[in-house]
Amino acid sequence: MKNRLFYFIPYSLWLILFVGAPIILMLGESFLSVSHHFTFANYQDFLGSGTYLRMMFNSVWYAFLITLITLIVSFPTALFLSNLKYKQFWLLLIILPTWINLLLKTYAFIGLLSKDGSINHFIELLGFAPQQLLFTDASFILVAAYIEIPFMILPIFNSINEIDRSLINASYDLGATKWQTFRRVILPLSADGIRAGIQAVFIPSLSLFMITRLIGGNRVITLGTAIEEHFLVTQNWGLGSTIGVVLIIAMIITMALTRERKKRGRK
Amino acid sequence: MTQTIIEFKNVTKSYQETQVLTGVDLTIEAGKFYTLLGPSGSGKTTILRLIAGFSNATSGDIIFDGKRINDVPANKRRVNTVFQNYALFPNMNVFENVAFGMTLKGVNKVQIKEKVTSMLEMVQLAGYADRSIDELSGGQQQRVAIARALANDPEVLLLDEPLSALDYKLRKDMQYELRELQQRLGITFIFVTHDQEEALAMSDWIFVMNEGKILQNGSPVDIYDEPINHFVANFIGESNIIDGVMREDYKVMFAGKEFENVDAGMRPNERVEVVLRPEDLDLTTPENGKLIVTIDAQSFRGDYYEISAHDDDNNEWRIQATNPSVLNSRQGLTFDPEDIHIMRFDESEDDYDARLDNYEE
Repeated sequence: MKNRLFYFIPYSLWLILFVGAPIILMLGESFLSVSHHFTFANYQDFLGSGTYLRMMFNSVWYAFLITLITLIVSFPTALFLSNLKYKQFWLLLIILPTWINLLLKTYAFIGLLSKDGSINHFIELLGFAPQQLLFTDASFILVAAYIEIPFMILPIFNSINEIDRSLINASYDLGATKWQTFRRVILPLSADGIRAGIQAVFIPSLSLFMITRLIGGNRVITLGTAIEEHFLVTQNWGLGSTIGVVLIIAMIITMALTRERKKRGRK
Repeated sequence: MTQTIIEFKNVTKSYQETQVLTGVDLTIEAGKFYTLLGPSGSGKTTILRLIAGFSNATSGDIIFDGKRINDVPANKRRVNTVFQNYALFPNMNVFENVAFGMTLKGVNKVQIKEKVTSMLEMVQLAGYADRSIDELSGGQQQRVAIARALANDPEVLLLDEPLSALDYKLRKDMQYELRELQQRLGITFIFVTHDQEEALAMSDWIFVMNEGKILQNGSPVDIYDEPINHFVANFIGESNIIDGVMREDYKVMFAGKEFENVDAGMRPNERVEVVLRPEDLDLTTPENGKLIVTIDAQSFRGDYYEISAHDDDNNEWRIQATNPSVLNSRQGLTFDPEDIHIMRFDESEDDYDARLDNYEE
């Protein structure tokens, strides 16, 4: 037992230095004013200001939309993939884009969506006037969803893939149609994957800031943007940390809501 | 009285290059307990899947109740399956599992409750309705799977090696229960197994399969006593199989001697295989023996001794005896003419039946 703990030392050091300590520092910072005195003012500011509450609402709302769209795209895709012959290969192709740097992909979208980008060229070719695509809510959601889709597909695919083929046969055998089999067997048994996918997409989407700036053109302001502004522009670290704490709380709430429900046994 | 419920007419099944069924013909009559018996890869489960509708025949006709059902989907067939791994829905409790089929059909709640209760009683699981699946032992899951299948009132129940995951004692008990259940309900059971003992104990009729073909079908006694070829003789029970020559009708020569037997209808001096079951052989004094053997080894099996010996022609003999023998001693081996079973090389089942009809009045 002692030996096994020994192997955990490198990672626990990492955890303490780069996860534990920053969180504690941030928590402490959130109770400090600009002049480094203890204060609750940051929390009062945050909760008392319509702007911040609207930002929080925005963050949650956009994260919800992004999650919903990725879910709508990913579930059928995962279902389709799990029935393919070389499914692991096709899955790999879907995972592949996640290996490319996020910033690089975002810039690629600027090239596609900008005023004289590829999409507008195509629109012009069809005889329409070029449209403002970049710096819109729609483009922000599109790019965010594009980036998050693999993280939704992977857990859902895994959960569907784990469903025993004979359960599906049993369902047909007992008279279920395709839809009934989906509704009563496949969907409930892939619920864990859906939950994991929602966690993997919703939580990071709460604090997006790079895409809001590059694709959303800062028209969409979320808590992520606000944190960046406070740390880098206004230098109000106290308020920035407070928003960070709020984000962590929001993540904990999301985790709690999507946690694996205890299997029901006796009623 | 007996009515054909399922018929296969020259059914084949191939996956890409490999042919798993090669022209199977079979007839299943309503109300009997059938067993498809064979080693793994013999095609027995494939037949079950074709009946259930989980896979499609490459060619040939599958007839159910007089109608061709090749293109009827699984959920429209009046058969239900008990799966090898039970395939109970882990997201539902025992009640919901058993009620699954009826819920789909929109049967009203009162009726469902009644039926589920009686089904669970039938498989001796009354009071388990609210349990979740992972709380049940293997044997209990097995029973739920049977209840779930039977709750749909199928005309035919398909059982895909349902007992293979159970321990020996429980397997024996379930054999009796399944047999008893089948006789009580009068539903046709088609049971797939690789366990010959199970097949002999439970079935009205056995199909012995190997390499995608049905080699022999018949009652357990027929198959045990009159195996048609080397494979069947070896697969069903233990056998001594020795090369011999059929001198003339009712006279066979093997191990260097001529013996009287009860088979006929072959060419004079035809080369054959001779089958003698270990339990039909008795040890006696060398003077009274039809053959003289030397005892090589013996092991105690509880209800009998398994003795292995060789004769002067170096043929191996397996003998089941109630009393132990003495190692390396010379003993007489004796058997009755009826115990000798003759197998011709490459004789089909039809030829065999025809030959039997010729000399048996």
